[in-house]
Amino acid sequence: MDIHEYQAKELLNRHGIKTLKSILCFKPDEVYNAYKTLSSSVAAVKAQVHAGGRGKGGGVKIVKSADEAKSIAEKMIGMTLVTAQTGKEGKLVKKVLVEEGAAIIKEFYLSLTVDRKNAAIAFVLSAEGGMEIEEVSKNRPEKILTVSINPLYGLKSYHILEMSLFLGIDRNLFGGFSKLINLLYGAFVAEDMSMLEINPLILTGSEEFIPLDAKVILDDNADFRHPNFKDLIDEDEEEPLEVKAKSVGLNYIKLDGNVGCMVNGAGLAMATMDTIKEFGAAPANFLDVGGTADAKRVETAFNILLSDKNVKGIFINIFGGIVKCDMVAEGVVSAAKNIGLKLPVVVRLEGTNADEAAKIIENSGMNFVSAESLADGAKKISKIVNG
Amino acid sequence: MSILVNKNTNVLVQGITGKEGSFHAQKCIEYGTKVVAGVTPFKGKTLFNDSVPVYNTIKEAKKEHKIDATMVFVPAGFAAAGVIEAIEAEIPLIVCITEGIPVVDMLNVKSALNCSKSFMIGPNCPGIITADECKIGIMPGFIHKKGRVGVLSRSGTLTYEAVNQLTKAGYGETTCVGIGGDPIIGSPFISFLKMFEQDPETDAVVMIGEIGGTAEEEASEYVKNHMKKPVIGFIAGKTAPAGKRMGHAGAIISGGKGTASDKLKTMEKNGIHIADNPSVIAETVKKALKI
Repeated sequence: MDIHEYQAKELLNRHGIKTLKSILCFKPDEVYNAYKTLSSSVAAVKAQVHAGGRGKGGGVKIVKSADEAKSIAEKMIGMTLVTAQTGKEGKLVKKVLVEEGAAIIKEFYLSLTVDRKNAAIAFVLSAEGGMEIEEVSKNRPEKILTVSINPLYGLKSYHILEMSLFLGIDRNLFGGFSKLINLLYGAFVAEDMSMLEINPLILTGSEEFIPLDAKVILDDNADFRHPNFKDLIDEDEEEPLEVKAKSVGLNYIKLDGNVGCMVNGAGLAMATMDTIKEFGAAPANFLDVGGTADAKRVETAFNILLSDKNVKGIFINIFGGIVKCDMVAEGVVSAAKNIGLKLPVVVRLEGTNADEAAKIIENSGMNFVSAESLADGAKKISKIVNG
Repeated sequence: MSILVNKNTNVLVQGITGKEGSFHAQKCIEYGTKVVAGVTPFKGKTLFNDSVPVYNTIKEAKKEHKIDATMVFVPAGFAAAGVIEAIEAEIPLIVCITEGIPVVDMLNVKSALNCSKSFMIGPNCPGIITADECKIGIMPGFIHKKGRVGVLSRSGTLTYEAVNQLTKAGYGETTCVGIGGDPIIGSPFISFLKMFEQDPETDAVVMIGEIGGTAEEEASEYVKNHMKKPVIGFIAGKTAPAGKRMGHAGAIISGGKGTASDKLKTMEKNGIHIADNPSVIAETVKKALKI
């Protein structure tokens, strides 16, 4: 799960990592007052949205007075910020962070990620701070250092030495750098992060290493041991339908097509989306209804699919493993009748009693068509929605 | 022949009295799997379904039984500890079905595995089955039929889709493995490809991948350099948006990496026979085997 910069910095502070003084504001007046509490005359006003590349999109501005801070905030709060990561529809800015300035001697790029290949936590570093790391990695890979930490041995001083030599950090600054790296690694593990990106990490005039920005992704699987995770969720940043689906226990992701998909299993759900596309239509969503596709669950799923007004037809693709297909078919028909479903539905059920299930679908008296394979179903629903 | 499990495999079930564990342990027994013992804390000295002895710990179970494999149904918060218990007890094969284990926990499990005598499948997987002999997992047994194709997959129902086609087309399967949908898993595709290449009864391997990570790319390099048997590949998630976790924790395109098109390009270049959609997997096997 993604969290905001201000939340990421709070997490880091809790682990003893210093950041510049900053204040979260929702209104221009608050920004005016916040500026006055800062000890520097130069400050930054930063849009708090779940997306990178804010600077280029106009979501980070430098200000030099309280009035300027307020007038920038008036423009920024309520604007739709479009960055390389938001997509063309952008993100509505509802809050900003007002942050103190600092004299910057040098900027670095630093991130921690899960190295899937080596099953380790990896540090990625570059002396090209503030740049887009994807760009550096593509055009000048020699400017990037990756250090994977074997979880069995843990982070050791020679790892940090390698990092500091690569970044060209002065020997007399090694102590401070080493302390920061240790704290970051500790925070990453303790908070169950899947990514921590600091771009840039700055070396200040007072010879301190300070994260100027912080982007954190938390591991959803670890929420059971972090009661604070649920407080970090900002529903304004999520797609409303996804929030609704999550609250009823469905795994749903909204897309921009017009074929609603209801599938059991994540892999099959993705493959269903792909096959719909292959036959000329576009999927409206990813939806994994899970193993127990009973009438109640199917009804809940129908309601989510129908809340998306783009949906012109529905494709149900269930591989009945442990559950029997005729039971699923009866559930689908009764759920559809219950909510008075009018949209055309193509149903493909495979597994035990698939033939009986197809009969139940065809004789339901609803606007239902039965399909015998995934490709057949994708072809049929694509033909229906394309007219 | 087959890989990893057969009719003589003695299986332990960790979490045998839980809702999922008891349901699927029973299904495995019905399939013919030799379930010799179960483990659930504080349920020692009882019997599961009046026949399978239950122990508090693996240590207790090992005193009474020879155990070749364990099927782990322990809830996510305790699953990593359950796997490490199995590693310490030197159980040769660990099949972890549990979904939702934190990545940090799996990193520790993985480093413990690296210096152990155990081999691990999963987590977040349907398990492993050798057709008509031994099922250690949650897959529907009846769709499998003894035959000549090995199946590997990061997914569940999508694997059943492939198996169903292979059975209906008359090829049947040797062993089918769900390797797991998490970013960090016990064993990658390559470990199993190696075994299938050496298994005299396997003539071809179906490998079902999905977006996220680079496991398919690495596997295809291996296929190119070390395998004579044809490998048929499919990747799910061509239409998946970047940055979104598509059900499985490991199915995510991050920083522009792990896209379906990148994977397919590398796989094709390395000589994998690509199935364009899941409905043509058996057909692609047919072309690859040229019969």
